[in-house]
Amino acid sequence: MPDERTTEERIGRVTMPKWGLSMKTGKIMEWVVEVGDEVERGDDLAEIDTDKIAGTLESDHEGVLRRVLVEAGSDAPVGCTIAVVAPEDVPDSEIDAVVKEAEEQLARGVAEGEEGPRQQTVEVAGRTISYTTLGEGSGDGDGDGEDEAIVLVHGYGGDKNSWLFVQEPLSEGRTVHALDLPGHGDSAKDVGDGSLATLADTVTGFLDALGVQRAHLVGHSMGGAVVTAAAAAAPERVRSLTLVSPAGYGPEIDASYLRGFASAASRRELKPHLLKLFADPGLVNRQLVDDLLKYKRLDGVDGALRTLLGTLLDGDEPALDVAPLLARTTVPTVVVWGRADQVIPVSNAESSDALKQHATVHVVDEAGHMAQMETPAAVVSAVQEAVQKAGEQAAGRA
Amino acid sequence: MARTISYREALNEALMQEMERDASVIVMGEDNAGGAGAPGEPDAWGGVLGVTKGLYGKFPGRVLDTPISESAFVGAAVGAATRGFRPVAELMFIDFMGVCFDQIFNQAAKFRYMFGGKAVTPVVIRAMYGAGLRAAAQHSQALYPLFTNIPGLKVVIPSSPYEAKGLMIQSIRDDDPVIFCEHKAMYDTTGEVPAESYTIPFGEANVVREGDDVTIVAFGRMVSVAAQAADELAKSGVGCEVIDPRTTSPLDADTIIESVANTGRLVVVDESTPRCSMASDVSSLVAKEAFGSLRAPIEMVTAPHTPVPFSPVLEDLYVPDAQRVVNAVKTVTGWER
Repeated sequence: MPDERTTEERIGRVTMPKWGLSMKTGKIMEWVVEVGDEVERGDDLAEIDTDKIAGTLESDHEGVLRRVLVEAGSDAPVGCTIAVVAPEDVPDSEIDAVVKEAEEQLARGVAEGEEGPRQQTVEVAGRTISYTTLGEGSGDGDGDGEDEAIVLVHGYGGDKNSWLFVQEPLSEGRTVHALDLPGHGDSAKDVGDGSLATLADTVTGFLDALGVQRAHLVGHSMGGAVVTAAAAAAPERVRSLTLVSPAGYGPEIDASYLRGFASAASRRELKPHLLKLFADPGLVNRQLVDDLLKYKRLDGVDGALRTLLGTLLDGDEPALDVAPLLARTTVPTVVVWGRADQVIPVSNAESSDALKQHATVHVVDEAGHMAQMETPAAVVSAVQEAVQKAGEQAAGRA
Repeated sequence: MARTISYREALNEALMQEMERDASVIVMGEDNAGGAGAPGEPDAWGGVLGVTKGLYGKFPGRVLDTPISESAFVGAAVGAATRGFRPVAELMFIDFMGVCFDQIFNQAAKFRYMFGGKAVTPVVIRAMYGAGLRAAAQHSQALYPLFTNIPGLKVVIPSSPYEAKGLMIQSIRDDDPVIFCEHKAMYDTTGEVPAESYTIPFGEANVVREGDDVTIVAFGRMVSVAAQAADELAKSGVGCEVIDPRTTSPLDADTIIESVANTGRLVVVDESTPRCSMASDVSSLVAKEAFGSLRAPIEMVTAPHTPVPFSPVLEDLYVPDAQRVVNAVKTVTGWER
């Protein structure tokens, strides 16, 4: 198929990503590709370090890496162009023009129109729920009939920032909310009975409060069980489900991780448990451990985590079984599971009839329990796949 | 959610939130209530440092002004603590501890032990310490090693606004007497602090920087000095692990020893004078527990064994700075048998 885009449209600007609310600049630690290399969408481009987190920048473009504007070892402000990717046949003169404009922007030190996620709060069932929103368009609650936001629901002990690598790529032309469940992040720490129903009601109550008529729900781990329950309770509100290493779909769970995470009070106690979350233990850096300890020290968090432990575990066995709830829904469901998941192993997916019958399962080699952080591109494309299937389903009905 | 506030505001917020949460928390000290009602003064002065500002208006019966008699009001605070209150007494300068020392080391520190564990003394004594503000020999000392020396006391030295709030709330909730040491040059320093209440457990060190070449243990204001030195040294490829013990009693020995086991080199940075100091204490700990790991003699960066000078030139030389820490790190990395 001939490429009908204009030359300008075919020039891909690789920009410094914004990972988290406080990120203003990032440092390029290493370029993984060289000028002249062929680049596909989702290919690793560079290792980037911020004061909070280190991550891999993946390509949103395909073509040839034509220029690198910011060398390894240097910083660049969020949103500034740091490299240019374009097909071979785009003439150098046009690349030069883009580079010139980008260099001027870098010299000014700010990217125009750069906006990070806006942190806001909303009252849901008497609790303050904190969330961030990125993107506009479908799902912005303006009542134009296109109200299908994406809502990201984190796992046990996590928060809205666990989606920092996927929220932005998903937000093109669509509103993407990432919320903190009760007991987590900046939301109220009271979890009530801590039951799955209470958490699922929080998600549907969140949709009500924001005027989102229908949503694509994305849930990680415990959040996967929560969004499944929300879909079963309010099927008319949910267009698709994307589940990342979801809880509640099988007999295998590392109870010692959950208990250890809940009880750890110091860095030395917590770190060994966190190593189980990732395929690459190098991701458990000082800042990650510190941020989790800061969360765990907040008044009310200890009680919340212990209450939720009762929701997740029955002795050493999983207490949740949401497979029957999934079987009741007809929404398209896509699952991403890290092959190196030590907390809720991928064997659950292989033994789950509900997932076999009602979902498409993608197993990712390079990820542990936190695929949204280790292989964000896989999670992004799974959500896009679920959204697309929901569109096809709607078209089929029409 | 975390905002950027000052060390002073962090302490004030901790006191405010604990007074709201627990009616047994009271605050006392010179000019804590004073000034209220005076012409043009809508609020009390909140102590000479302004840390308790705004508390009197909210909790008028629980913010007590005291006479300039440290032995009287510290004794009153210790006594109130044994009778069910949780007093936070403000001593102003830590140098004034001398006049009320019996109340602290012979009374408060001993009750739990001498009454067979049946008595608790949940008192917090706040005091500002440290040099750098031209306050001369009687108002500038870093006396926390004195209290660290006494079993029965807990000694806290917050190094940032985040530490200040979490350690203050922990101090108030703790059932033992706590000496809470605030560096007077840090009140206007700022940092990210959660708006919600939280506690930082005693005896848990913070690892401020990670590195494999040298362990730097630093206390209070010296933590930021050590971090500055570490950032400087990182440019020349020397990785420093900067450890802030946060409390000197209890002391997180495990984190220090584990770090030295990895780096093989130790520099201790302590603003107090060198004899019987935290520097000598941590050095002896590592010499005894991690001798086999050491690849160079331990370096101590401290004030000299003199009173704090009033001469600004001499005072500036008295307080350890980042350059002295850098030099000490170069000494341990360059040492050959």
